[in-house]
Amino acid sequence: MARPLINVPAKVKRGQVFEIKTLISHIMEPGFRFTTTGDKIPRDIVTTFSCSYNGEEIFRADLYPAISANPFFDFFTVATEGGTLDFKWVGDNGFSETASAKIVVE
Amino acid sequence: MSRQTPRVPPIISRVTTIVCLLFAIASSVHGTDIPLDQRRSGYLDLGHDSKAMQDDDTINPAALWVQDGEALWNQKTGAASRACADCHQDAPISMKGVAARYPAFSVARNGPINLEQRINLCRSEHQQAPPLASESRELLALSAYVGRQSRGMQIAPPDDSRLVPFVEAGRKLFNRRIGQIDMSCAQCHDDNWGKKLAGSLIPQAQPTGYPIYRLEWQSLGSLQRRLRNCMSGLRAEAYEYGAPENVNLELFLMWRARGLRVETPAVRP
Amino acid sequence: MGETRPGATRRAVMLGGLAGSLAATIRLEPALATPERMRAAIRNVVGEASIRKGRVDLEVPPLVENGNTASLAVSVDSPMTATDYVKAIHVFNEKNPQPNVISVHLGPRAGRAKFSTRFRLADSQIVTAIAEMSDGTFWSASADVIVTLAACVEGI
Repeated sequence: MARPLINVPAKVKRGQVFEIKTLISHIMEPGFRFTTTGDKIPRDIVTTFSCSYNGEEIFRADLYPAISANPFFDFFTVATEGGTLDFKWVGDNGFSETASAKIVVE
Repeated sequence: MSRQTPRVPPIISRVTTIVCLLFAIASSVHGTDIPLDQRRSGYLDLGHDSKAMQDDDTINPAALWVQDGEALWNQKTGAASRACADCHQDAPISMKGVAARYPAFSVARNGPINLEQRINLCRSEHQQAPPLASESRELLALSAYVGRQSRGMQIAPPDDSRLVPFVEAGRKLFNRRIGQIDMSCAQCHDDNWGKKLAGSLIPQAQPTGYPIYRLEWQSLGSLQRRLRNCMSGLRAEAYEYGAPENVNLELFLMWRARGLRVETPAVRP
Repeated sequence: MGETRPGATRRAVMLGGLAGSLAATIRLEPALATPERMRAAIRNVVGEASIRKGRVDLEVPPLVENGNTASLAVSVDSPMTATDYVKAIHVFNEKNPQPNVISVHLGPRAGRAKFSTRFRLADSQIVTAIAEMSDGTFWSASADVIVTLAACVEGI
């Protein structure tokens, strides 16, 4: 349930800069909201999102409560060789989610 | 100053009064229906980025629910251990046009039911599975997945005479003043659409894209959730999920939106 | 930055008055961030280095329909080669409870120093993006955003 959604081009040319889009379900509770009885709702956010290309980190983001729920990222990388893009989300309360996508380089 | 107004024969003035009263009563009951060619979806009033969010499945947060819905569609469930796919095969084929013609009449319920209720009816009748809770992630995911298959199609309420009294009941609710604010849906959405309320544009309230990803909720939600929000905004006691009033309102609203195109799952502020 | 916008003075007077009358009876939580806290958060990242305006393009809609989700796109003018690239992009705000929005770490493998995401704005305010270059320089851009909120205040 609630797997991340990854979008990468089906095929890329060597040396081409291509776009990666990711979406993940997460409430990103900022920790500044209160219940109707006045209790603070504790923070529950994704704190880090990273992407590795054949094992080498190409993108990393440190997230703060200001990032909207269901975090979305759109970023770029250069096509080197074919292989795998690995994505990782880490957050409060032991949250950890991974996903991967194959990259075909011609 | 002496009055010089011509004297009108008493019978004419009395008839005029009665006619005016009837007109006033009629217009307060029915509001002023938006002319068919002036109806527009709230999509047109979205900012550029929200429009882009709705149009692109790769960046629409609702796509997360659609993805879940697809997984649920194919998952065997219930005592019958049956998946939706076992009866309905490929949703893009079998569910095409379904959301565009809901709510529809249910013989089992002897009245209209919306898409979420239909899904739960299928679960109990054919999958021997318990109903999914209103606004639960699973129910919204299935509703979004099924609704997505009608995207682009015209809303086509069924031409079913059994539905007529329920559409009328919905119309009455739409025109009824409610809450401490003592206003009806029609007063904002029929009579004052396009104007501003506290800085926000009043839409016509055409439910073209439900379930929607509402930025205010930061989540996907159903039309009934939105109706309940509106009612509590008027400081009225909202109808419960699945209450006949909610379904009749939904039925009337979809009739009112007939011909507009389905945008499910839409993005709204 | 430092410009006075019409709402700010009214808000300051209101909040000041409220704080004064309630201070004796209620312990107030520090509510929203301030331009000073944003500047402090920026100094935390940049240190004493000077920040130059330019090379950074910060795209936020000028009018946001709902503060819960505003799009944010930052791109930096850089060849992104092994010797000349953007190391990081930091985004700050001045009125949310916290001054930081996001810090993105890049490198030559990014190919393009550009990313998009969605973020929250508690109020109409100024958003600032600062790019940290491989040569140690810092560049920035700011955008003024107006936030409208959903009209019908919902209880359920």
